[in-house]
Amino acid sequence: MKYLSEYRHAGIARALAKEIRATATRTWVMMEVCGGQTHTIVKQGLDELTEGAVEMVHGPGCPVCVTPLEQIDRALALAARPGVVLTSFGDMLRVPGSECDLFQIRARGGNVRIVYSPLDALELARKNPDTEVVFFAVGFETTAPANAMAVYRARELGVTNFSVLVSHVTVPPAMLALLSAPDNRVQAFLAAGHVCTVMGYSEYEPIAATYHVPIIVTGFEPLDLLEGMLMAVKQLEAGDARVENQYVRAVRREGNVPARTLVEQVFELTDRQWRGIGEIPLSGLALREEFADYDAVRKFSLENIHATEPAECHAGDVLRGKIKPVQCPAFGTLCTPERPLGAPMVSSEGACAAYYNYGRFRTGGMAPAVAAASEARV
Amino acid sequence: MCLGIPGRIIELHHDGDLAMGTIDFGGVRRDVCLAYVQDEVSVGDYVIVHVGFAISKVDEAEAKRTFEALEEMSQLEELQFLKDAIPPGAIGEEARA
Amino acid sequence: MSSATKGIEEQVGARIAAGLNCAVPFNTSDRVLLGHGSGGKLSAALVRDRFLPKFDSAELAQLGDAAVVSVESDAIAISTDSFVVSPLEFPGGNIGTLAVNGTVNDVAMMGARPLWLTVGFILEEGLPLEVLDRVTASMAEAARSAGVAIVAGDTKVVERGKADGMFINTTGVGAIDSSFRPSPEKARAGDAIIVTGEIGAHGITIMAAREGLEFDADLASDSAALTPLVDALRESVGAEIRALRDPTRGGVASTLNEIAAASRVGMVLEEGAIPVPTAVAAACEMLGLDALYVANEGVCVAIVPPDLADLAVTALRARPLGRNARVIGRVVAEHPGMVVMRTSIGGTRVVDMLPGDQLPRIC
Repeated sequence: MKYLSEYRHAGIARALAKEIRATATRTWVMMEVCGGQTHTIVKQGLDELTEGAVEMVHGPGCPVCVTPLEQIDRALALAARPGVVLTSFGDMLRVPGSECDLFQIRARGGNVRIVYSPLDALELARKNPDTEVVFFAVGFETTAPANAMAVYRARELGVTNFSVLVSHVTVPPAMLALLSAPDNRVQAFLAAGHVCTVMGYSEYEPIAATYHVPIIVTGFEPLDLLEGMLMAVKQLEAGDARVENQYVRAVRREGNVPARTLVEQVFELTDRQWRGIGEIPLSGLALREEFADYDAVRKFSLENIHATEPAECHAGDVLRGKIKPVQCPAFGTLCTPERPLGAPMVSSEGACAAYYNYGRFRTGGMAPAVAAASEARV
Repeated sequence: MCLGIPGRIIELHHDGDLAMGTIDFGGVRRDVCLAYVQDEVSVGDYVIVHVGFAISKVDEAEAKRTFEALEEMSQLEELQFLKDAIPPGAIGEEARA
Repeated sequence: MSSATKGIEEQVGARIAAGLNCAVPFNTSDRVLLGHGSGGKLSAALVRDRFLPKFDSAELAQLGDAAVVSVESDAIAISTDSFVVSPLEFPGGNIGTLAVNGTVNDVAMMGARPLWLTVGFILEEGLPLEVLDRVTASMAEAARSAGVAIVAGDTKVVERGKADGMFINTTGVGAIDSSFRPSPEKARAGDAIIVTGEIGAHGITIMAAREGLEFDADLASDSAALTPLVDALRESVGAEIRALRDPTRGGVASTLNEIAAASRVGMVLEEGAIPVPTAVAAACEMLGLDALYVANEGVCVAIVPPDLADLAVTALRARPLGRNARVIGRVVAEHPGMVVMRTSIGGTRVVDMLPGDQLPRIC
């Protein structure tokens, strides 16, 4: 596929990896923010290729992972309700709530449907005026324009049986929270390319300057990630701390202006809980008051559903980049893709699932404690 | 997150006043909302599509430029490898100087 | 009006009177009715007019309580499978095609020669008869292509809402050839792993039909009887065959994991060698899926001794169905039970079993 397959070129990948290893005079710690990037890194074994020069720490880049338990419970409550169809992106279905997941609710008779696009959910509402259709609007800034359009259009068309359960989060406040933590080890960031396609990258410039960290806007294919790592290593070696754009074919500094305009019209910033991390101020999006009719929480009176997270799950430490999945005591034992404790093991983009599915081989299937010892960087 | 993949616009149309297009992804075609790129795209252009919306037009000139730079770097690496492999005193010495 | 017909009308009338939400109008000669499954005249007409002419077999025509067949063979292979796919019809086939080919293939994967099929229909009241006709015509065609006879059948009808259109069960019987006995436990270190064709077409076609993706002629189910390929392997590899399996649900990845576990061996695959049609690869990109886990209905995985691999691939490629056959990896002694893959970038990854169905990931 054009503009995709050529960025998987093995020869160029090897050359980039070689250049990274030749440029680095020490091991640099970097974080890739986005779950899709984690997927590529682990699936292609990119961290193997750059071992010694780059240590990749996986950040909270999975909107499914960071959706608070409470919001999942609300989705479950909606799905179980007669007369309601809960529509969602695929990988939300296996995320565990306090009691069960959407798959199990469906087995018990709840109406849950996977959709590819929020517009499909709206279309479902239009075609079935007697059913309440709720869309589980999870995502980073990348997905906000799509969700905004669905709500905006619903209002334009006068569709009243459509609403959204919003669980949107934004990246820069999360990066700030990570950088200001006392145990932060991250020295550079690979920023999420598609988030920046929408938002641009000017908001990262003050972060780079204040915390003196290079931030490279990076794509999702192996060559993109390797090139992003190389750009970061070069800056680190030179003592620089700038925002650079690797993903030039899709990202401009100002981002997508019409998309941002509609997002600002439909949503506003709000404080939000990040699962395993806690509350980060002004890191989420909520529907503006004039779109309140489309807010599922209000429409179905879900305000009183609250939840507390299970103690054995170390999703928070993994998401903060403090530990690797293999270092979690529950990894591969109490917590597996079949019986996940937290979202990073369930979501296909979650760091734990990526490690489990793609990376077990490298730890030789050893017990987590032994694996952790070999993985830990002293 | 953000599974965004590139596709080529093969046809433009509207759903009411919403700009839409048929996008071809290597043989699979789907309707995509072009509202956020409508002022800058025409048939034949490539766009990045995420959950049924085009979020950006692919800058083909930039893509070409940066990819060629990568290819060149890759070839230089190969050449460097060959140069390093040639022992001193051999013919290659003059070429290196 | 005969008493039998009157009885059916009374049944339907009684149901409406009982307040059941049965919106079937009386004039429904174009749809399946509950009466079609009741064993009376409607049922007989269905079998006589719609099934027998298509499933042209002497045993079936006798309409006995059971079919009587005989075969000269050391042993027989029997397999049963039920088919519940939705949508019922899709590019490249329908639920009937799958029902015939799927069971023929299960028998063939034992190395047996498929001979007979039984067919059990569970039809949903209200199913358009023209859909039933298309499905049965496809089944007849598939059976003819595969060289099997449909010798016994059954039809039941359930109320509207209880059967997603239709469900089909098929049981297949085949004659075992004692000189050709593949088994998932026979794989050994050094063996070659062969896939007989491009992967992912069936599962992606079904998902595309459900997700409302448009596609050009490139994307169609690959449902087919694998007997010609089994014959090719019998001729080229014979008694030396190790394992043979068709990677349906769960795809090539799941099938290889099963064999690796059963044989207690490891496997190493080469990502670059795995044949995926362009349209399938594109659809996988869009939905965030991995073609290795997508169902196939016209492909099989064969494990053969290393010195017979070239011969096997040549023999497979001589058949139209096997024209894309190739070696995709090797069996190894290391990491028993685990399948790993060398990626095109040069890294390695584990190709594990998935806990459930692969979900489209989009976010």
